[in-house]
Amino acid sequence: MDIKIENLTKKYGAQKAVDDISFNVKTGEILGFLGPNGAGKTTTMKMITNYIGIEDGNIEIGGRSIKDNPDELKKHIGYLPEHNPLYLDMPVIDYLKFCAELQDVAKSDIPSRIREMVKICGLNAEKHKKIGELSKGYRQRVGLAQAMIHDPEILILDEPTTGLDPNQIVEIRKLIRDIGNQKTVILSTHILPEVEATCDRILIINKGKIVADGTSETLRKQSQGQEIIKVKIEDGSSNDIITALQNLASTAMVDFVDKNQNKFEVHSQPNISSKRDIFNLCVEKKWVLTEMSSQETKLEDIFRNLTMN
Amino acid sequence: MNGIWTIAKKELQSFFDSLIAYIMLVAFLGFSGFFTWLYGSDIFLVGQANLRVFFSIAYWTLFFFIPAITMRLLAEEKKTGTLELLLTKSITDRQLVIGKFLSALVLIGIALAFTLPYYITLSNIGNVDHGAILTGYLGLILMSAAYISIGLYTSSITNNQIVAFLAALFIGLFFHIIFDVLASNFTGTLGAIISSLSLSVHFESITRGVVDSKDLVYFLSIILGGIALSEMTIAKRK
Repeated sequence: MDIKIENLTKKYGAQKAVDDISFNVKTGEILGFLGPNGAGKTTTMKMITNYIGIEDGNIEIGGRSIKDNPDELKKHIGYLPEHNPLYLDMPVIDYLKFCAELQDVAKSDIPSRIREMVKICGLNAEKHKKIGELSKGYRQRVGLAQAMIHDPEILILDEPTTGLDPNQIVEIRKLIRDIGNQKTVILSTHILPEVEATCDRILIINKGKIVADGTSETLRKQSQGQEIIKVKIEDGSSNDIITALQNLASTAMVDFVDKNQNKFEVHSQPNISSKRDIFNLCVEKKWVLTEMSSQETKLEDIFRNLTMN
Repeated sequence: MNGIWTIAKKELQSFFDSLIAYIMLVAFLGFSGFFTWLYGSDIFLVGQANLRVFFSIAYWTLFFFIPAITMRLLAEEKKTGTLELLLTKSITDRQLVIGKFLSALVLIGIALAFTLPYYITLSNIGNVDHGAILTGYLGLILMSAAYISIGLYTSSITNNQIVAFLAALFIGLFFHIIFDVLASNFTGTLGAIISSLSLSVHFESITRGVVDSKDLVYFLSIILGGIALSEMTIAKRK
């Protein structure tokens, strides 16, 4: 089921938590929702899950507006809320059964669904314990299990990997990737490597507005504008090399990284690569090019650029 | 419909899991049994084969016990954030509120069912007016339902259980006794209006064995009013 969000707006008092945002998510796509604290991620997710109402704009799920069919559409959504609230005095199995019943899972299917969730989320050793006795990582798994118990077409996960240990994080990410093949997944996080590892597409919002939308590669390209290359050239004097590099048509700026080792940082002209020119230059001058690596802008830098102002 | 029952079942389960139900049952049966059979103006002192004594004891014990049962119904869900979890499942606000209401009503029903031996005992030692006892129980159930819906409402406005408990007692006190006292200080129309607001007046008339549609309308409007207000308070998050 596709999610289509149009001009969504929500105000808390005078403050606009979500300010006129629009985007689409297609089936089989995992959308990473990024943003600093208070950017409006959780508010948007709460509106999609119909926990809070829409003020302006519209959300369509599978072509139907959430305003007209709120209760019918909730069946197709699995939701893991931000702080993963759970009934601590309930045993895991009872809790999953309760959630399955609330989601109108057919009575005969409930035991097999519970078994499957216990297996997928790795809860087998803990399934008879009360939720309150579980560690944070296991509680998070219970949260994921309840979100997926009715096999929803859409999964909304608000910071799904908080509190998990590195092994569990890898497992949960893999799980999300597997699920994401057939379903529509929106996950919010502020762990940036997580987005790169799990998401097909990244949406960065800041102060209620969308500031970036695309795959991590396109975001990199957009924010970079120009290519930055690190080179190490031997068999020449550093001053000769730097002048020659600066005279290339495709370079914008050249700087020393380490003068003694002849290491340079080359900024290319916008939208042009200077790699070939540098290579040809070295061939012509009989210098030896021992290192050439293009420097990637880190997602962290993109994030900071877009959300600090 | 399924949603209501799922919520009610789960809530009833947690009453029993958390011992609230057992404490409530033991205390209620202890109090009412003691004063009905053993102490004060008990059945043997009155010397009549009816349960009027029991009904007037239960009238007070239930008044105090019900807010203690209802205080956590919604306040706790709000505090722990599980309300968000429930309301994003395929269940409406109304189903949730009614489910919670029913769970408390069923618990009270269980407590009252345990007093049926009183009735059986009584019918063995004297000539019992069966109709009056039936309406007496009806009165207790209606009164309980009214206080449950008031308690449910006060539980919906706060996430602090103590506040919910005290607020329910405070509002309940008006219906339970204050309107009655006030009514006796006024004459004419004003007195009649205040008197008609008093729960004790309507309760008395039902336990006397007369089920008047006026009394039924009175109880039903408190019950539905409380449920509707709770639903509106929950919906305010939107």
